[in-house]
Amino acid sequence: MFIDFFYLLRARGLEISLDEWLCLIEALDKGLADNSLIEFYYLCRNVLVKTEADYDKFDLAFAEYFQGIQTVEDIPEELWNWLNQDELERDIMDKPDWAKEYSLDELKKMFEERLAEQKEKHDGGNYWVGTGGTSPFGHGGYNPAGVRIGGESRHKSAVKVAGERNFRDFRQDNSLDIRQFQMAFRKLREFSTRVDSSRTELDIDETIDATSSNAGMLKLVYEKPRKNTVKLLLLMDSDGSMREYSRLCSQLFQAVNQSTHLKDLKTYYFHNCVYDYLFTTPECRRGKWVDTDWVFGNLDSEYKVIFVGDAAMSPYELMSEGGNLDWDVYNSEPGIEWLRKFTKRYKKCIWLNPVREERWKWAWGARTIKMVGEVFPMYELTLDGLDKGIKKLL
Amino acid sequence: MKKFTGSSDYVASKELMNAVNVAMALEKPLLIKGEPGTGKTMLAEAIAEALDMKLIIWGIKSTTKAQEGLYVYDTVQRLYDSQFGEGDVADISQYIKLGKLGEAFTSDEQVVLLIDEIDKADLEFPNDLLWELDRMEFYINETKKTVKTKHRPIVIITSNAEKELPDAFLRRCIFHYIEFPDQEKMEEIIRVHYGDIDKKLVDAAMKAFYDIRAMRQIQKRPSTSELLDWIQALRISGIDIKRIGSEIPYIGVLLKKNQDIDVVKDYRNVY
Repeated sequence: MFIDFFYLLRARGLEISLDEWLCLIEALDKGLADNSLIEFYYLCRNVLVKTEADYDKFDLAFAEYFQGIQTVEDIPEELWNWLNQDELERDIMDKPDWAKEYSLDELKKMFEERLAEQKEKHDGGNYWVGTGGTSPFGHGGYNPAGVRIGGESRHKSAVKVAGERNFRDFRQDNSLDIRQFQMAFRKLREFSTRVDSSRTELDIDETIDATSSNAGMLKLVYEKPRKNTVKLLLLMDSDGSMREYSRLCSQLFQAVNQSTHLKDLKTYYFHNCVYDYLFTTPECRRGKWVDTDWVFGNLDSEYKVIFVGDAAMSPYELMSEGGNLDWDVYNSEPGIEWLRKFTKRYKKCIWLNPVREERWKWAWGARTIKMVGEVFPMYELTLDGLDKGIKKLL
Repeated sequence: MKKFTGSSDYVASKELMNAVNVAMALEKPLLIKGEPGTGKTMLAEAIAEALDMKLIIWGIKSTTKAQEGLYVYDTVQRLYDSQFGEGDVADISQYIKLGKLGEAFTSDEQVVLLIDEIDKADLEFPNDLLWELDRMEFYINETKKTVKTKHRPIVIITSNAEKELPDAFLRRCIFHYIEFPDQEKMEEIIRVHYGDIDKKLVDAAMKAFYDIRAMRQIQKRPSTSELLDWIQALRISGIDIKRIGSEIPYIGVLLKKNQDIDVVKDYRNVY
């Protein structure tokens, strides 16, 4: 039964509703798949998949379902009926004149040879197996000489398109663009009316009540506006090893900066690890800094702290006194102590690491990644990781 | 049934044309997403042109409410009229002003309705339109009348993925994501715009363009419209084709941020 496909898609994590499935059936009944598996592939994707983030999952599931299909006979009968609606058995003599010169066996042989020769998808042209061309093999238009032979290649090419996985980059677990980061940051909110502000918003319900009890004479009631109370301290590593992630970090930075809903946002920079000073500019120049103790003193414990860095450094930078990489600045306490101070001062701290989680154990700096990860909950800097991290912050 | 096959100045991929035709056949709204500059908004124009229909555009802003698309009851005007004794105050219907959606519903001919950048509005906005887009009708409370479509409009909705759209809404749409055009498609787009342009110029410009797009540090990657402007600039200036790749003249047309321009310069110094 073709319904297998529905369950396979759902099993592969695509949240397809019955409505959408019925819609697909309706579309097939209307003949919108145009008798070809590739059109069927696009039709399914249009109707069933509603975000580009799921295109890759769909491609994988589609390839899985149709992979084993070598010949027409393997296609589930129900689906085959749809694909074949108005072009069932075409007379073998119903083919272009040039094709009549070949016997069916010759055509078949040619087809096999050509398929073996062909390495990639072809659209247009008159030789390769593909779509929209005048080659005897493929689909698109109604000319293919051997419909059934062409049929085989149609099915292959759809699986092939699915197999190309062109949308791998859009998966949710990939790092994505600034808008999506912004969406994640919107979740960072704790509303409260108990902020120290004046009563400025008209409370309509209360006004109606008050006016009614005032015998219809208008009486206005105001209330305090609900406001986000989240304050954020963002600390970003701007060391050389972070350069390869610069775009990602800058997207994150922009997203945070444009998150106007935060009550307060402070950003400082550091070089591999935090010591006595925090830099105020990403260049990390001498003098353009504030004492870390000043930050502790002036930013209260309500601040939520996000560290962004690869946490990859030499162990002595983290563990020894004077381990600071900047040669003329001595630190009397090792970096790891400074990091621990943060967890003591601030209740909610997380570390976002642009290095993918699966590489943390193997990447350069794995030792320090592990050590930093023991101090802070560490998440990879992707949409999923950021989501998890923000949940941790709330 | 009418079918969409692209228009004279809009190059649509086969998948996109399929999606449009599927949406039309199933009478469902078509939701289009894609990078800026992939021609989402232009699609509706192209469909309207190709099928010779009127295009009604409803541009969405952050303050737009669903109700505004249906109708607005101009109470203030009615109040004024009653105070100054103007107009027929008893006839409420003359104070009902139809919005863009209402306009599309009541049109005597089938129209193309573009709901542009739906994600700009409030998170709940799409949900408020579910019934109306499903049933293609709405009820005017004040006049106790139901507005029904005479001809179901072709509804195109674009989104920049600024906000995630609600599931209930997505379930009712046909979805298509416009990929950034590959080199072959891009060449076709350039030809549609500039006709018989020097092939060498196009090749050189496209190579530089895709190279820049591939640079990881670029923050705002140039899009199709920027490439088209750039080619125009190169063509008018009559610059030596050999210099395009090495110098990237008029880089300001492609890149709008100083940092990005620096990145490209750095690259050129290194390689």
